[in-house]
Amino acid sequence: MSAPPLLALRGIFKRYGAVQALADVDLEVRAGQVVALVGDNGAGKSTLIKVIAGVDPADEGTVEWQGRPVHITRPHEAQDLGIATVYQDLALCDNLDVVGNLFLGREIHRAGLLDEVEMERVTLGLLDTLAIRLPSVRLPVASLSGGQRQTVAISRSMLGEPRLVLLDEPTASLGIEQTAQVLDLVEQLRERGLGVLLISHNMGDVKAVADWIAVLRLGRNNGFFDVTTTSHEQIISSITGATDNAVSRRASHWETER
Amino acid sequence: MTRQREGEQAARRTRPAPGRADRNPLAALKRRFHSGELGSVPVVLGLLVVWIIFESLNENFLSPRNLSNLSVDIVGIGLISTGVVFVLLLGEIDLSVGSVSGLAAAGFAVLNVNQGVPEGLALVLAVLAGTVIGAVQGFFFAKVGVPAFVVTLAGLLGWNGLMLYILGSAGTINLDDQGLLAKLTGYYFTPVAAAYGLAALGTAGYFLASYQDVRRRRAAGVPARPLGEIVLRTAVLAVVSLAAAFVLNQFQGLPLALLIFLVFLVGLDQVLRRTPYGRMIFALGGSVEAARRTGINVDLVRISVFMVSGTMAAIGGLFLASRVTSATQTAGSGNLLMDAIAAAVIGGTSLFGGRGRTWSALLGVLVIQSIASGVALMGIQTAVQFMITGGVLLVAVVIDSLSRRARRAHGRV
Ligand SMILES: Nc1ncnc2c1ncn2[C@@H]1O[C@H](COP(=O)(O)OP(=O)(O)O)[C@@H](O)[C@H]1O
Ligand SMILES: [Mg+2]
Repeated sequence: MSAPPLLALRGIFKRYGAVQALADVDLEVRAGQVVALVGDNGAGKSTLIKVIAGVDPADEGTVEWQGRPVHITRPHEAQDLGIATVYQDLALCDNLDVVGNLFLGREIHRAGLLDEVEMERVTLGLLDTLAIRLPSVRLPVASLSGGQRQTVAISRSMLGEPRLVLLDEPTASLGIEQTAQVLDLVEQLRERGLGVLLISHNMGDVKAVADWIAVLRLGRNNGFFDVTTTSHEQIISSITGATDNAVSRRASHWETER
Repeated sequence: MTRQREGEQAARRTRPAPGRADRNPLAALKRRFHSGELGSVPVVLGLLVVWIIFESLNENFLSPRNLSNLSVDIVGIGLISTGVVFVLLLGEIDLSVGSVSGLAAAGFAVLNVNQGVPEGLALVLAVLAGTVIGAVQGFFFAKVGVPAFVVTLAGLLGWNGLMLYILGSAGTINLDDQGLLAKLTGYYFTPVAAAYGLAALGTAGYFLASYQDVRRRRAAGVPARPLGEIVLRTAVLAVVSLAAAFVLNQFQGLPLALLIFLVFLVGLDQVLRRTPYGRMIFALGGSVEAARRTGINVDLVRISVFMVSGTMAAIGGLFLASRVTSATQTAGSGNLLMDAIAAAVIGGTSLFGGRGRTWSALLGVLVIQSIASGVALMGIQTAVQFMITGGVLLVAVVIDSLSRRARRAHGRV
């Protein structure tokens, strides 16, 4: 495989006060690949997402984008590279309507004034292609249900032309049907050649859509598995720490990749 | 989502017009009530009640003279309150606006009367002083992390002290009662065409803008307001503004102060609702963290909002000084601060951030000044005025809190 990965993280460290949230974390996501990031609560998954999204930059470590080292220190820098993020807490402004949230920070304007008509048109078109139904795109998102809010956050990440989509537990508050819809969407993204980093606690979902599974445990890598050749039990024991096989797993991963 | 709503939504998608619920005004109002989106409905009703009560107690209350005076009396506090709306939208508070307004008036008086600086220059410097003060307070809030109410509480004391200091032992400085500043609240456009023209212009402008919006929406295939609703809204605006013009023309015509206030209200309303900057302010009021994650420069927006409130406080203070053609030691003290904040809240701007419009400053200050004016007309003690205003404020805050609860409950349905 000659093409460099879309995103490569090497030796990422991140500390919050006394908590070492991430220590020496490596990760690669290739275009047209879905990488599932799994791990117990507090393993550092969301922290890693925020590092990549430029919201809470890493203390140490290098980030490579298509083989080039980049510095992502602000959200705009990640967005400009084509990184779109759905945060675990959704990061929506309850008082703004759907259109306002979708375009927050990148509004369309004409002569300095917001072009609400164009933004609404794009929003309706986007929701249509994603087959998302909402009562109105002009209602404050506070008046939407948890599942609807989640779909708003997901559609926000589809706005523009993302190259890499980070999804932090995107199906957490969705019903069965909507969950299936999101998983379909993830597969569509892969087919379109995008990279996807998906966090989920649902092993069934992970097995259904992911190509690779990266395990984080206590802020460190604890395995990188090929979905097709790895058993459920192996992954679970990696997550819980029953097998502390960080070094061996990572080594074997590099061998298969290179 | 229920099947019925899905059906409605599908219908709406194919036919670019709002659904049935929005077209029936009563149903729309009911929906807004249950979802906590009442906006300015309560304050307009409240204002009508206040006016009816005082008019029934004293028939001079709704006289052209009294209403004309009211329209000038509201301007000083109203401008200050407009700045407060910006801060409240962040979910913060600025307790220094009263002191800043007094300091701006005193600064102008000292510069112009004592130092001989030309009025225009002194005016600009006094306003800029408010801007700088806002920037300083905003800096301590945004960059140092001191809670806004503490920073501005220090400002309340500090700027009041500075005002007393620069006024010196004389205490009161009388202003030129023929000067530029005096004209701000003393000048009236006496030709009847002025007030009527403004009413006609405002109404026509509103209609054209709304109509243009509908046309663009239809062309783009997105839902548009039905033309009937726009005609109705325009008609209401026409009646209200022409009636106001008629009343003003019965006395001295269109007050310059009112015109300036309206220009600020319209201009800042556009800034808040139609510019990316305004959108950032609302976003911060909704969720600071969400705003930060979309790359909004939180500190800069916060500082700028305190600059707006400082600037508006200074401008309001100059109008208050103009009304009494003097800068006094008591300027900016007393109820001014509370009235300015209360006006914004009574007018429908939420104390919890993220909800409000500049127009709430106008509506709220109308309520507060109407009460003050009615009480004064009837010769009752100001104690009664305080109690009534306090009661109204309590009602407004209760409505604000209940709407917030309704919105949250609605969000979980
Ligand atoms: N903003 C923060 N401030 C302090 N500690 C944090 C912050 N964000 C995350 N942490 C800590 O970092 C660790 C990893 O958290 P997180 O990345 O949210 O885990 P996960 O998403 O895997 O459940 C936890 O111990 C958490 O308490
Ligand atoms: Mg998490």
